[in-house]
Amino acid sequence: MEIGPIFRALRQSKVGALLIALQVACTMTVAVNSAGIVREQIRLAGEPTGVPEAELFHITTSGFAPNFNARAAVLDDLALIRQTPGVRAATVVNSVPLGGSGWTTGVQTEPGPEKPSHSAPVYMMDEHGLATFGVELIAGRDFTPEDIRERGPAVADWPDKAILTAALAQTLWPDVPAEQAAGRVFYINGKPTTAIGIVALLQGYWAGNPNAGQTMLVPDKLMQRSVRYFIRTEPGRVDELMPLIEEQLAQSNRDRIVRAPWSMLDTREKSYRENKAVATILAAVMALLLIVNALGIVGLAAYSVRRRTKQIGTRRALGATKRDILRYFLTENALVTAVGVTLGTAMTIALNIFLVQAIPFVPKLDWWFVLLGVAAMCLVGLLAVLGPAHRASTVPPAVATRTV
Amino acid sequence: MFAYYIRLALISLRKDAVISVLMICAIALGIGACMTFVNVSYVRGLDPIPHKSSELFAVQLDSWSPHRPYSEEGTPPRQLTYLDASALMQARRAHRQAAMTGASFVVLPEGENARPFNASGRATYADFFAMFDVPFLFGGAWDARMDESGEQVAVLSRPTNERLFGGEDSVGRDVNLNGRNFRVYGVLDEYEPLPKFYDPHTGFTAPPADVFVPFELMASLRLPRRGNTSCWKSVGDGFEAFLASECVWIQFWAELRNAEEKQGYVAFLDNYVNEQKRLGRFERPLNNRLRDVTQWIDDHYEDEGVVLLIGVGVMFLFVCLLNMMGLLLAKFFGKAPEIGLRRALGASKKALFAQHMVETGCVGVAGGALGVVITWLALHGVALLFGEGGEDELPEILTFQGPMIAAAVALAIVSALAAGVYPTWRACNVPAATLVKTQ
Repeated sequence: MEIGPIFRALRQSKVGALLIALQVACTMTVAVNSAGIVREQIRLAGEPTGVPEAELFHITTSGFAPNFNARAAVLDDLALIRQTPGVRAATVVNSVPLGGSGWTTGVQTEPGPEKPSHSAPVYMMDEHGLATFGVELIAGRDFTPEDIRERGPAVADWPDKAILTAALAQTLWPDVPAEQAAGRVFYINGKPTTAIGIVALLQGYWAGNPNAGQTMLVPDKLMQRSVRYFIRTEPGRVDELMPLIEEQLAQSNRDRIVRAPWSMLDTREKSYRENKAVATILAAVMALLLIVNALGIVGLAAYSVRRRTKQIGTRRALGATKRDILRYFLTENALVTAVGVTLGTAMTIALNIFLVQAIPFVPKLDWWFVLLGVAAMCLVGLLAVLGPAHRASTVPPAVATRTV
Repeated sequence: MFAYYIRLALISLRKDAVISVLMICAIALGIGACMTFVNVSYVRGLDPIPHKSSELFAVQLDSWSPHRPYSEEGTPPRQLTYLDASALMQARRAHRQAAMTGASFVVLPEGENARPFNASGRATYADFFAMFDVPFLFGGAWDARMDESGEQVAVLSRPTNERLFGGEDSVGRDVNLNGRNFRVYGVLDEYEPLPKFYDPHTGFTAPPADVFVPFELMASLRLPRRGNTSCWKSVGDGFEAFLASECVWIQFWAELRNAEEKQGYVAFLDNYVNEQKRLGRFERPLNNRLRDVTQWIDDHYEDEGVVLLIGVGVMFLFVCLLNMMGLLLAKFFGKAPEIGLRRALGASKKALFAQHMVETGCVGVAGGALGVVITWLALHGVALLFGEGGEDELPEILTFQGPMIAAAVALAIVSALAAGVYPTWRACNVPAATLVKTQ
């Protein structure tokens, strides 16, 4: 019933209304898109690696003496680590999940350089590898001591057995369920390799890699000057065992340095630090933006109330109740907000379409996410206008008569 | 007149203190959000070697697989094979040139109880230092003849020299790297090109190497490498096979002082690749590239996240300006009677407009100043979020100086004035008579 007069009144103060509508639209555009990115970053940072992170750490040793015996050192180190109380399993590896660096190799279902090839991150390990990584074998078998090859420096040859993740098996053989891929043959550099086992999930060494989950485990025991050990402890003993093993390794052989002990939890933290930083920055900007937007609405509504004090007084004098006045300003704000969120929805979707194309890590927004944004903007608008509207409703009717 | 307007502005701003503070905060927040991200991008994009960035070129040759391109965009590999890098070094057809790779050393300090430590290294040619204008504190680059002679010489970074020799002139002394003695030939002064443009694989923001050694020692001593190795063809076993392989792992830079030298070098590269084609290598179409420092940084420094944040910052500033516009409307409405009175007393619309724009400008200046402070704080926040010690530290984004501070204040004033035009125009255009009447 009041929409008509409110609308006509709004046309009298177009600029103020337009300012609020634009603010609401811009705020919504930025806030909803930011929230979408924050949500995606949080989801990414929560992606499982497939390993029991709380029980794992890794440590690197680099032999430097010219006559350093890499093979003997690796065998001694592994024996020493495995007999340490509290260690459940340990292996020598080329890289660890989310470690940031590692090896990738091309795998094919048909040999030949001209045939299609998928790149797969590779983990090299000995027969304790699967127990250390704690990944679930869903088909086939684990590596046995007979499968293990010793791999010295500058070896380019690949083993003839490997364990694949279900994701890699699916990529190689989309026509069969991953569980049935065990025993199938694929090719690395033209050499046939049998997929002796399939594991459920194991992320690669770099989270940003699109092939991150399509990893391959090979039975190569690295015997090199610089190697990394991946160590799984009994629950809750990582912090205690990490310095202990670092010290033991350092004492046992002085022809090398022991460095970079990292728990898996810290490795994850470091790996996703940039994602978290972007999410935190966007969330902070979003919060500030909502506050600025709310303050803007308060300011303009207060101005509009002040400007119309006399009219309000007149209406009160003519019989309008306090509630009528309150409702008037709430409805006016609702109208302006409605224009703002309509424009905002269009701008949000347009910006999202643009961002998805321009920037790889921006997700497509769900429709309900946009609706949530609309609801949030309406709520902020309502809360912001309550104060000034309440002040308007307390204008005494006598104001109408006081000035000319 | 200007001084008088400023005095009036300050009086007026003080009168509506709350609105003034709100406006200054709005501008400051907007500037802070915007400039924080602009500064991050600006610092990242700074030319690390401004006086000769257009004369230094990264050399790219397309030695990749005949069956698939190196990248979807069709760009050649970023690095060279050992075969090609050696051939280009042998030919020495550029004014200066250096092949290089990251390396990793264990340094064994002198003394009984000294603990060995890990040091980052770079294996390169003597031209590296002259080409990139690397400053020396003691000694200098090794002689070009040592590039090939196999002599074990090293150049230390200033921090490494401090750690090993307490900062003394260590030229001529020995340093133990990976169990072998190297003679110190030079010690660098502070050298931190930002970004570290010459090798995108070992971290653009990572500090440069601790130890530099002649490149050929990588092959003869089989020193441990650090960096990226990409292969498209299977490699035989053994180090010799690796050196002879099609794997790319070497960065190659050439200094070409003018267009003529550049043309000559392009012709030389084309010639070289065509010759190799006859030997059965380089099966892809001719695709050699010379990228200067700026192009190289653009190619490899992914900036999408920062661009996104700048966009968010600009939108933020826009919302803040809409906000300020609303506040100005309210403020000048309150001032209407005063404006009417001044009009009635003979002030021209133009004069009133100028006076109120000066007032708005003052808000801009104050907002800009506060915005600079907010930016500075926000940059520390960003640095804290991204780095936290270690090699991923990003101290360079804290560089917030001269041009960017001036830009922040200028942006604040311009945006304040832009937001102020309409409210001011409106305030000055209300008929004087109505305003005087309400007094």
